[in-house]
Amino acid sequence: MIEVRRLTKRFGTTVAVDDLSFNVGPGRVTGFLGPNGAGKTTTMRVILGLDRPNSGTALVNGTAYAGVRWPLREVGALLDAKGVHPGRSARAHLTWMAQSNGIPTRRVDEVLDLVGLTPVANRRAGGFSMGMGQRLGIAAAMLGDPGILMLDEPVNGLDPEGIVWVRNLLKHLAVQGRSIFVSSHLMSEMALTADHVVVIGRGRLIADTSIAQFISGSSQVEVLVRSPQSQTLCGLLVDAGAEVVAGAGGAWRVRGLTSARIGDLAAEHRVALHELTPQQASLEEVFMRLTQDSLEFAAEEVPAP
Amino acid sequence: MTTAAPTSALSQPGAPAGLPPAGKQRATLRRSLLAEWTKLRSVRSSFVTMLVTVVVTVGLGALITSAFVSRWDHLGRRERLEFDPTSFSLNGIFLGQLAIAVLGVLIVTSEFSSGMIRTTFAAMPRRPLVVVAKATVFAAVTLVVATVTSFAAFLIGQVVLSQQNLGVSLSDPSVLRAVIGGGLYLTLVGLFGLGFGAILRHTAGAISAVVGVLLVLPIIAAFLPGDLGTDVSKFLPSQAGSAIMNVRPVSESLAPWSGLGMFCLYTVVVLVVGGVLLSRRDV
Repeated sequence: MIEVRRLTKRFGTTVAVDDLSFNVGPGRVTGFLGPNGAGKTTTMRVILGLDRPNSGTALVNGTAYAGVRWPLREVGALLDAKGVHPGRSARAHLTWMAQSNGIPTRRVDEVLDLVGLTPVANRRAGGFSMGMGQRLGIAAAMLGDPGILMLDEPVNGLDPEGIVWVRNLLKHLAVQGRSIFVSSHLMSEMALTADHVVVIGRGRLIADTSIAQFISGSSQVEVLVRSPQSQTLCGLLVDAGAEVVAGAGGAWRVRGLTSARIGDLAAEHRVALHELTPQQASLEEVFMRLTQDSLEFAAEEVPAP
Repeated sequence: MTTAAPTSALSQPGAPAGLPPAGKQRATLRRSLLAEWTKLRSVRSSFVTMLVTVVVTVGLGALITSAFVSRWDHLGRRERLEFDPTSFSLNGIFLGQLAIAVLGVLIVTSEFSSGMIRTTFAAMPRRPLVVVAKATVFAAVTLVVATVTSFAAFLIGQVVLSQQNLGVSLSDPSVLRAVIGGGLYLTLVGLFGLGFGAILRHTAGAISAVVGVLLVLPIIAAFLPGDLGTDVSKFLPSQAGSAIMNVRPVSESLAPWSGLGMFCLYTVVVLVVGGVLLSRRDV
């Protein structure tokens, strides 16, 4: 369980995290979403006691991180893959970490096996690819068999196989009852992994909700209709108060009416329907809409060709 | 639960690992020491810098000494009288100290340049304890290496000096103190570097600062007018610390143990400042 309460962190005049509160509960994957520069990494650093907040608190299992006796046994963290000395082997890196928290060294071999680094365990970590570095980071996070896992952009630099593996690993660990907290700026990734999302922009909380609610609650539902008598149908729909826009390939996008209501209307007036599809906004679209105002470096929109 | 077919290289975790309990609070320092010991011996740079310290100190000492021996017949009476065979054979320390200072700096700064400091503090959030563990492990290893180095430099130097019957023996008064002192001095230099590393956190900056304080300050002090130069000079860290290697009393230098004590004090101050800054700052 991670509890963040009214957390504020400033760097000079920049407010990185602004009065942020949320919980990360056990048994589910909580996605931490926000555009680059939204304050995700800073929040995670504060939780780990690496950065001091200007105000507010961050507790892990009810205690400030600095007060946790054997932190690796409670919180496993992957902040950036470069948390390793380039001249040290993967095995030596995990060994000192294990020793620092009284974790038996057999566990080092277990986690090396888990992430598939056993064949290169004695090679210098400086020669690792980004994906291998990321796997070493995940091994380090898993070392103390912690009840809380906090991973900052864990799929960065992984190949497709690795990405699927991380996704499954996180879900699997959540099922075991652990609290999983994963940041990402990729919405599509979160849609596949997370059960719950905490969305921030410019350090402020934008949403703290389940994935399903996040998508349905903040999207405007559209229905795609196709009919051989489209003129008649459009007239009916507009009369019923809907907003109708021409879509691609002779289809119409209807807003303001549910698909059931459209179907009933069509049946009443004996209009044939060839398609009636409720459209759900993708997480990506919802996210873009929500965070548009809070982008730190907004790019000008490029006109479509 | 979704489970895709596990690939050959990657496996799914089994049940929770069921680790044994970590034990009492008292174990914290012991565990930190063990972790820092593993860190120190698992990078090549530790061995390289230690080796450089030994080779430079012993090799340079022998070189300077043999050059001196070949000039002996041309030396004046005063130079012969002031000659201190013990401290002379330990002259290589003045260059060898740079390598050990660099290693001391790197113990801390390499963690910052690689980003590993965040892993370290996430694993061991009690930062003052990390500084204590780092300094203790490094000091223990350095003390062994430096003492061996000092004895080797002395013994080889005496072999060279004995060609002119100038050699002294460890059983002569104050000689053993001076040779052991050489090891202590080098160890303090290493810790001095470690402290600077903790304060400045950047390798280049910290190395420049240590070299500046140990080697450049004495040169600047030498330019001060009159007695002020010698008065200031003897209190400078490297000048004060190296007094421990003098067997013949030198007028412009502190007494051996008070000099080393002075250097010890400087080192403690630098380490404490470094430890406090490291504990307070964001990483």
